[in-house]
Amino acid sequence: MTEFWTEGDPIADTAAPDGPIETRWERRKFSAKLVNPANRRKLTVIVVGTGLAGGSAAATLAEAGYHVKSYCYQDSPRRAHSIAAQGGINAAKNYRNDGDSIYRLFYDTVKGGDFRARESNVYRLASVSVNIIDQCVAQGVPFAREYGGLLDNRSFGGTQVSRTFYARGQTGQQLLLGAYQAMERQIGLGNIEMNARHEMLELIIVDGKARGIVVRDMITGEITTEMADAVVLASGGYGNVFFLSTNAKGCNVTASWRAHRKGALFANPCYTQIHPTCIPESGTHQSKLTLMSESLRNDGRVWVPKRAEDCKKPAGEIAEEDRDYYLERIYPSFGNLVPRDIASRAAKNVCDEGRGVGPGGLGVYLDFADAIKRLGRKAVEAKYGNLFEMYQRITGEDPYETPMRIYPAVHYTMGGLWVDYDLQSTIPGLFVVGEANFSDHGANRLGASALMQGLGDGYFVLPTTLGNYLAAGPFEKVAPDHEAVVEARKAVEDRIAKFLSINGDRTVDSFHRELGHIMWEYCGMERTEEGLTKAIGLIRSLREEFWTRVKVPGHGEQLNQNLEKAGRVADFFELAELMCIDALHRRESCGGHFRAESQTPDGEALRHDDQFSYVAAWEYATGEAAKPILHKEQLEFEYVHPSTRSYK
Amino acid sequence: MVTYDVKDISPDASFLEMLDVLNEKLILDGDDPIAFDHDCREGICGMCSMVIDGVAHGPEKATTTCQLHMRHFSDGDVIDVEPWRAAAFPVIKDLVVDRTAFDKIIQAGGYITAPTGAAPEAHATPVPKKDADLAFEAATCIGCGACVAACPNGSSMLFTAAKVAHLGLMPQGQPERDTRVIDMLQAQDDAGFGGCTNMGECAQVCPKGIPLHLIGRLNSDYRKALRNKG
Repeated sequence: MTEFWTEGDPIADTAAPDGPIETRWERRKFSAKLVNPANRRKLTVIVVGTGLAGGSAAATLAEAGYHVKSYCYQDSPRRAHSIAAQGGINAAKNYRNDGDSIYRLFYDTVKGGDFRARESNVYRLASVSVNIIDQCVAQGVPFAREYGGLLDNRSFGGTQVSRTFYARGQTGQQLLLGAYQAMERQIGLGNIEMNARHEMLELIIVDGKARGIVVRDMITGEITTEMADAVVLASGGYGNVFFLSTNAKGCNVTASWRAHRKGALFANPCYTQIHPTCIPESGTHQSKLTLMSESLRNDGRVWVPKRAEDCKKPAGEIAEEDRDYYLERIYPSFGNLVPRDIASRAAKNVCDEGRGVGPGGLGVYLDFADAIKRLGRKAVEAKYGNLFEMYQRITGEDPYETPMRIYPAVHYTMGGLWVDYDLQSTIPGLFVVGEANFSDHGANRLGASALMQGLGDGYFVLPTTLGNYLAAGPFEKVAPDHEAVVEARKAVEDRIAKFLSINGDRTVDSFHRELGHIMWEYCGMERTEEGLTKAIGLIRSLREEFWTRVKVPGHGEQLNQNLEKAGRVADFFELAELMCIDALHRRESCGGHFRAESQTPDGEALRHDDQFSYVAAWEYATGEAAKPILHKEQLEFEYVHPSTRSYK
Repeated sequence: MVTYDVKDISPDASFLEMLDVLNEKLILDGDDPIAFDHDCREGICGMCSMVIDGVAHGPEKATTTCQLHMRHFSDGDVIDVEPWRAAAFPVIKDLVVDRTAFDKIIQAGGYITAPTGAAPEAHATPVPKKDADLAFEAATCIGCGACVAACPNGSSMLFTAAKVAHLGLMPQGQPERDTRVIDMLQAQDDAGFGGCTNMGECAQVCPKGIPLHLIGRLNSDYRKALRNKG
């Protein structure tokens, strides 16, 4: 019990089978109950979100014969933010014969996650990775190929084997279009009922089970209740709590947060990933940040001037001996390919020393001059052409001539709703897949692993485990006037009415931007007890101000983009506080998070396995002064024994 | 047509950020902000959709509206902004249009039937690099609809041609090649898109540079499919 949280019972059961890790998933699949094909069409599943996880899940469930109702806030399922993933997707195919294996991918992922992920889940992810590539190729995903016609691979972000499959810098787009096309086929066949431009605003629980959602039609403003036998959340991550992130503008935590408020535990909310290679902020108008694939670090060299006084000079005027290739200097064996968290923090450190470049001194160089000299401009263009173009379009600078400027930005959230081995949350019948759950990446996600997890969950894991749950159905129909349905709907309507009635003097965006500043400053790459405590106070008072001063124009029965934003920002306020509390309670540096009070004498991250080798799953406590309740899921490492990550 | 005065815009701001600034002011002044579609703001989701000074996605080549920056305009310019205009894309509000007609075309055949679990080993079928590269080029279409907005006939031929080429170039796409092209073209007509008269405006505005010659390929595929059908 502290000022900010209380502790509840530990989580005893994760539903993971025991025994040899290699056969756990096989055994779980065999023990899972099956649903008779004739019964499947009597079972309805709601899937919220149409990214890699939601799209692949919806298509696969519909192919299996279930009736699927799918929802997304965009105008088409093809636009979900998975589409923006650039670099690639990992799979343990070992096509390069370079010593890769399922076990090695498992090992790398557990280690990369800084020993804060569940071994059983990660092993399963590694083992389905090979099926994902087969599936995507069968769908016609145009992966990069070699002259012999076989698939090309590259090494990516902190791995020493080439296991990353890619489609130029648009891997996410091509994988998503594969899932989207499979989905559209099922929509055409009448097996998926697609509801684009619909936003989930509440979860409906009946007799302890997730049975439906409340949605708002974003065109007409109509509020409806949608019922089903099970609900799947595939609603993505919450990086937009920082306002500036690489997420799409519409990405939000509302679906997850509403489920959390209804009883689903939220795990490791403070685990966010700061991506090292983004285009720096250019001014106060900045509305989002753009990521440059970290595959650029395969050939680009990261540096800043050795002396702060050189920072204002053009890069070309700084002599070779006055440059500090700090990643190569500090981490000689991995150099520019150190994992994301290490590269990000190192960039922040040199900028904090006053050696950053570009506007505001918040940037470091990523230089391709050597690569162009070594490989020729043509080869560099073939590999990175579209990324260079994108950089030039945004900054107006030519990266073939002057080095790129990059800076870390919030990119991915490892935390999310707690799920067991079956991807089921603590609410029966509520399953969570993809970035929205917490399960596979621990405290730090490796590059090219997000696409793998989204598709692994959606194509291969969920369809089995959800079937096991649905085998007990179809469940009794829920009447539209059931108390729980009426209540959930009324809560949504009341909240909308509240937003529209405040009529204050500040815009939703101005609050969101201010909240983002607080989070970046105190709950970003480096955290301290003092800073986090201060942040909680600032968030609380800003939230109070939001509820009295926000101005939402227009009315509810129309397309009203500010009303949509108001709901999302209101939930971000609550999440932000929980993130700070989670960060405060975790008095260790791990993964992407540097806790200033926990470092080695030479300033590297210091983990405390004796105290923090657990998943922090938070229960929502009701009432104004209520404190979130911490439930610990102790992590056991039977196969990959915790060691200090060293990339030196 | 309404004219707004927008002040203090940085040349480094994107076109959408300029509209954000304007909307913030409109809200505080008690006016209605302008509704517009946008999401990723990095040129890949295909959500943003504006005709700027008469050109779909504005004056810069191979650039979506969200990646167009204000440095390409001069202080004092009057910029015309309109929604996509096409019979198959009804306007919802302000600059927001309904593009579900594109999804309907994909539903009709813009896929390879490969139910999850049925896939053979990925290396079982090598794909010549030349075909894979061309398929990739066609597959980069973001489905924004600029091609339709630019076409005097409101035709979606470039969009359909891109998908038909992407899937038709892959060995995996051969079994459904004929039915795909026939069904997608039928769906395109049913959705109210106009016919193609080879004006080429579509390829001019395409932010992803989908080449015009894919329409020729589509027509040739269509003729072959009809012949095979008999």
